[in-house]
Amino acid sequence: MAIEQELQAAVKAALPELDCIIGWGPGPDALRDAPLFLRDAADADVLRAGFFSVNNPALFLPEYKGRKIGVLVKGCDARSVGQLLLEGLVRREDLFVIGFPCSGVIDAGKAAALIADRCEAGELRSVREQGDSIVLEGPDGAFSLAKKDVRADKCERCLFPNAMDADLFVGEKRAPFAELDEYADLAAFEQAPLEERMAFWEKEMSRCIRCYACRDACPLCVCRDQCVAVARDPHWLSQADGIRDKLFFQIIHASHLAGRCTGCGECERACPMGIPVLLLKRALSRRVETLFAYRAGIDMQGRPPLLTFSLEEPRIKERDW
Amino acid sequence: MSDRSFTPAFISFKALSGWLRALAQKATVHAPRREGRAVVYRELGDGQGLESFLRPTESAKHVLFPRSEALFSFQRQGEAAGAASGKIRLQEPEGEGPAIIFGALSCDARGFLSFDPVYDGCGTAQAVGGIAKDPYYLRRRANTSIIVRACKSALNTCFCHWVGGGPASTEGADLLATDLEGGLLLSPCSEAGAALLEHPDCVPALPEQIAAAAALHAAAERSLGEAPPAGELAASRAALLALFENSEFWQRQSAQCLSCGACTYLCPTCYCFNITDESNGIAGARLRSWDSCMSALFTLEASGHNPRAAKAARLKNRVGHKFSYYPAIHEGRFSCCGCGRCIKSCPSSVDIRKIVLAAIKEAAHV
Ligand code: SF4
Ligand code: SF4
Ligand code: SF4
Ligand code: SF4
Repeated sequence: MAIEQELQAAVKAALPELDCIIGWGPGPDALRDAPLFLRDAADADVLRAGFFSVNNPALFLPEYKGRKIGVLVKGCDARSVGQLLLEGLVRREDLFVIGFPCSGVIDAGKAAALIADRCEAGELRSVREQGDSIVLEGPDGAFSLAKKDVRADKCERCLFPNAMDADLFVGEKRAPFAELDEYADLAAFEQAPLEERMAFWEKEMSRCIRCYACRDACPLCVCRDQCVAVARDPHWLSQADGIRDKLFFQIIHASHLAGRCTGCGECERACPMGIPVLLLKRALSRRVETLFAYRAGIDMQGRPPLLTFSLEEPRIKERDW
Repeated sequence: MSDRSFTPAFISFKALSGWLRALAQKATVHAPRREGRAVVYRELGDGQGLESFLRPTESAKHVLFPRSEALFSFQRQGEAAGAASGKIRLQEPEGEGPAIIFGALSCDARGFLSFDPVYDGCGTAQAVGGIAKDPYYLRRRANTSIIVRACKSALNTCFCHWVGGGPASTEGADLLATDLEGGLLLSPCSEAGAALLEHPDCVPALPEQIAAAAALHAAAERSLGEAPPAGELAASRAALLALFENSEFWQRQSAQCLSCGACTYLCPTCYCFNITDESNGIAGARLRSWDSCMSALFTLEASGHNPRAAKAARLKNRVGHKFSYYPAIHEGRFSCCGCGRCIKSCPSSVDIRKIVLAAIKEAAHV
C-alpha cells in the first residue's frame, strides 16, 4: 500500500529525534497486526498501518511520560490521545503524532463467523487488502470478503476517521461513513424488557474469567495496578466466582469511563470470551452526550463533565424540579 | 502406544448425545459449546452441537482447578460469637462427584501433567515423602476422565509439537476421539477410558475406520508449523537464567504486553492461586481463587514493596517459569503444552514462542 510506504519513510525520518515510535507490525495470525515499538530505522520496513491495525497505541503512552516518542494514530486512537492530553495523563510536547486516513479496521470475530464453513481464522495463511475487499489465503485456496462486511461496528459510526491534532498527516483525509452516532445498537437493545436485559448480561458475564483484559486494554483506565477490582483493603469485590460481582466490575468500569470513554472499543475487542462490554460504556456515553453535550477526546478546550463541578448544569435544571 | 491393548469403538453422530447422556447419569459431563464468539465448556445440555469439532477458547483446567472454591467455611459459635474467646466451627466443602471432560484438546489433557507434580507432593517429595498434597485437586483428578478429540488441523498459534505433544497425542487422555465420516472413532488410552465404552451404541470399530483415523492424525500433524530443531528448545533453561538480570531484553519483549491475565487464565498449565478469607458477620469462607503472575498484586508484599513492580518483570516470570524454572525441578518437562491460547487470545498479540527463541538467541550472543 502506498500509504504504508509513505508512513515507513516518515517514520525513518522522525525516528532519530525520538525514543521510539509505536505503530503496527505483523501479528501471529493473518487477521491481526501486533503493536510495534520501533527503535531502529532499519526495522521500519515491517511497519504496517491499515485494515488489520486494530490495537489502539494510545494505551501505551502514559508509560513513556517524560520521553519523547512517536505514535501512529487512526482517528479513534487520536481521540484517546486527545482525552489523555486533556486529563494531563500525557504531555503534548512528549509526543510526535503521525496521522493517516483510516478506512476502518477489521472485526476479526465477524470475519471468523463469515468464513466458519471454510476454516478457522487461525488456519488462514495470509491476507491482504485489495481496494474494498480483503483477499484471504485459506488451506483450500484464496477467497475474498468485502471490507464492509467485516469492518468493526465502531468504524461504521466513527465521525472522526482522520486524526485531528497530528504533527504529521500522511495521505488524503477521508469523509466519515456516518454523520451522526445515533446509538442504534443501544436503541435496539433497549427494546427488550428490563428482566430480559438483565438475563442477557447474566448469561454473557457467566463466561467472564476475570482476566481484566477489558480493563488493561482501555487507554483511559488509568488506575492500572491500583484498580478497585483487585484491591484487598478495602476488599470491594468478592473473590468468589459470581456473575453479579463480574457484572459489578463492568459497571464500575463503565461509570469510571463516563464522559471519558471515546468508544475505541478496545475493551470489547480484548475480551477473550467475547463479552460485549462496550455496550455498557455506550449507554453512559449517550447519557453524557444528552446531559452535557460532551463527547470525549475531541475538544481540547472542553472539560470532561464528570471531572468538573458546576453549581447548575445548563441541561440539568434541578432547581426547576 | 498404550491403545494397542484396548479395542477401539465407533459411535455415530446420531448416537453421540445419547451415549454422553448415559455417561451423564453417573458423572458431570463437561463439553464445549459455542457462546457468542467464544467456545466454553458447559455441562452437557440441549443444543450443544456435539457433532462438530469445536476448539475451546478456555482450557479445561477449571474442572479440576475451579476459578474459585471454598477450601472450608467458618462460623463463630454460640453466645460468645464476636468475642475473642468464642469457638469457631469449620466445615469442609462437599466434594463433587465424578466428572468427564468431553472434547478436550490433546494439549488440554497434557496440560494437567504440569499440574500433577505441583499438587501431588511438590517440594516435599525427597525430604518427607511428598506430604504437601493438595486434596482438593487430587480428589478431582482421580475422579475425572478426559475424552480428547483429535484436532483436524493446527492453527498458526499451535506449537504442541515443540513441547512433546501432537494433534492426536494420547498423553494424559483416557479416550481419544477422532472425527470420521458419520461419527467418532473412540480409542481407549486407559482402563477408565475403556470403561466409558460399555454402551450398546459404541460398536467395535472396523479396520478401515482405524486406518482412516491414523491417516487423519498424520494429516493434522503435517499442518503444524515449523518447529525448532530437536533439542534446541532445551537451551531455554540456561538462556532464561542467563538473561535474568537483563532488564533491557525484558523491557523490549514486554513493550506490547498489557499485563492483563488473559494468557495465564486461559492457559492449561498455569496453576497459581490466591487465598482470601471472606466473611460477613460471624460466618465466612476461605476462598482459593485463580491468580496470575501478570498481575501486580501477585508479588506485592505486606511492607508495600513489590519485587515485580514492572510488567517486564512479570512477563519474565511467566516465560521463565514455563521454560526454565519449572523444567529445572520437574525432569525437564516444560510447563507449557504448546496450545497457543496465550498467543491466540492475547489482546496485544504477545507471542511466547518468539520470546523463548529470542532468549535462546540473545543468551548465545553474550
Ligand atoms: S471503555 Fe472501552 S471503548 Fe471506552 S475508552 Fe476504554 S477501551 Fe475504549
Ligand atoms: S476481558 Fe472479558 S473475560 Fe476478561 S475480565 Fe473483562 S469481561 Fe471478563
Ligand atoms: S501477554 Fe497478552 S494476555 Fe498475557 S498479560 Fe500480556 S497482554 Fe495480557
Ligand atoms: S503458555 Fe501459552 S501455549 Fe503454553 S500452555 Fe500456556 S497458554 Fe498454552
